[in-house]
Amino acid sequence: MIHVLDGGLSTTVQDDGRFGHYHIGMPPSGAMDQYSHAVANYLVGNDTGHATLEMTYKGCDLRFEEDTVIALAGATMAGELAGEPVPMWESVDVSAGDELSMQFATEGARTYLAVAGGVDVAPVMGSRSTYTLVGIGGHEGRPLEEGDTLAVGDADTGGLAGRRAPRNAIPSYDDSEPIRVVLGLCDYRLTDESREELCSEPWTVDADADRVGYRLNGVDIEFEPREQPFGAGTDPSNVVDLGYPVGSIQVSTLPIVLMRDAVTGGGYATVGTVVSSDRNLLGQRRTHEEVYFESVTVDEALDARQEEQALLEEVRESFA
Amino acid sequence: MSAERITPTELPEPRYEHGADDYVFVELSEEMSFDANFQAMAITQQIRERDIPGVDEICPANASYLLHFDPDEIAPTALVDELKQIAAETDLSEYEWDTRVIDVPVLYQDEWTHETLMRFRDNHQDPDATDLEYSARINGYETAQDFIDAHAGAPHMVTMVGFVPGLPWCFQMVPESRQIEVPKYVQPRTDTPSRAVGFGGAFTAIYPVQGAGGYQLYGRTPVEVLDVDQELADFEESMVLPNPGDILNFRQIDREEYDAIREGVEDGSYRYTMEEVAFSPEEFFADPDGYNERLVEVLY
Repeated sequence: MIHVLDGGLSTTVQDDGRFGHYHIGMPPSGAMDQYSHAVANYLVGNDTGHATLEMTYKGCDLRFEEDTVIALAGATMAGELAGEPVPMWESVDVSAGDELSMQFATEGARTYLAVAGGVDVAPVMGSRSTYTLVGIGGHEGRPLEEGDTLAVGDADTGGLAGRRAPRNAIPSYDDSEPIRVVLGLCDYRLTDESREELCSEPWTVDADADRVGYRLNGVDIEFEPREQPFGAGTDPSNVVDLGYPVGSIQVSTLPIVLMRDAVTGGGYATVGTVVSSDRNLLGQRRTHEEVYFESVTVDEALDARQEEQALLEEVRESFA
Repeated sequence: MSAERITPTELPEPRYEHGADDYVFVELSEEMSFDANFQAMAITQQIRERDIPGVDEICPANASYLLHFDPDEIAPTALVDELKQIAAETDLSEYEWDTRVIDVPVLYQDEWTHETLMRFRDNHQDPDATDLEYSARINGYETAQDFIDAHAGAPHMVTMVGFVPGLPWCFQMVPESRQIEVPKYVQPRTDTPSRAVGFGGAFTAIYPVQGAGGYQLYGRTPVEVLDVDQELADFEESMVLPNPGDILNFRQIDREEYDAIREGVEDGSYRYTMEEVAFSPEEFFADPDGYNERLVEVLY
């Protein structure tokens, strides 16, 4: 059992997502940075389906009621466990009664706390992920608050502590690194100039960026004028309402990249999709940081995915 | 009843687009039509039946569809090839599907959406009229009630569900000459009551929960489209009631009936009036008014 002493800024229970219900408007939810979620889980002997705590910008304070093993991965966040600094990307022993106190993230936006056996909340529609908009999953469908208690799944914790992620598996959250995008969907609606600017101009993360979408500030995007088709609505950015991929860039005048709690569809033109591996990195971008998009092909997107999977496999095997 | 037919629309070649490495988006038409939607419905049903390994989200939309898949199980190009093959083998003229006709009582011109729309007059193209008066005028109806009679006068098909869980986009089952078309608010509202019935583009929407919105507001239904706790009997299998392909019949009710139904919803005793039917696009196109009459008859 874990007692929440302070929920932090926004801490939610997340896993690898709730799939199969997008057609009724249910987004996958799950960890915004699936890579760090996976590494944190591997460090404590879990698999990626186990639930972790996603701590946003400022972490939570917890008291553990039983001996266990935990690990932190993702955004760099200082913390103390029983008065001692807790290392990141490493599994550590926890004794019953220990208190963990987390500070502000200094690099990246989201830190994942994994506990051996996983955070054991009741699955909803096949997932433990929290989706706060309608209040389902996780702990009562909402961010953690002081006084909450969380159950932990059964696990054999013998010999787990002291695992370290290989150095090359620890990402940098440098905001000059481009976010790769496959242009397409409805990008025919953009003027040539706007299509070019999308991948050459700098964008900055708006203060409203959250789990639903990352709103970006930058130059105004413009659309090719046309006589609007029946049912599309009158604004040149409007299309007949369609499904939005998670990671897709939806545009009215400024772009919004849809994230894990995405609105699943609507009537704004989508003009491209962030490749799956870089959605994890985008989820670590902080308010006011920069975003550069780089246009890639589907094959390059597949290569990026494979590269990330190979790295995760290397992490997993290094503990075998 | 007029013997008006719906003439099938010739659809363009579909556009197969990759959403990065793990989504495929297929646009069947840039404009809304029954053909585009029925095509989306028929193809996604075929995809579901084929149970293609790796495909875990199958989402029909108004005039397009979207799939999510695991590229480790099926390559994006192989999936597109399979979709093209399914499209070639799907012939709408011999297609029929099982769906539901559902009674959706609506209190038009209710006090809650009225209060909201008055609060946001500055966001509207016509600040001196209500949303209903404005919509009636630009669609050539003399009074708001004439417009309501048209809106509630023929059933609507759920052509897409999404944005948030349970929100249905509904396209009225009448020939294009009688379709209502209304722009969205100039600036979206920051507030909309839950269960509000709104209209934007060519679509009616029911807002499952309170929140932002840009559709013209016409009324409020006492019944739920989303029941997260699944307390109502009709939500036993899913927390969302409307599914793509369902047929909703908006029925104008008065305040007394609204309150009575709402009481039943709140104490958990309310049951939707709904019936299963087989839907045939061909028969519907041949005589929409007659077909609609038979569809709605099963309810009352």
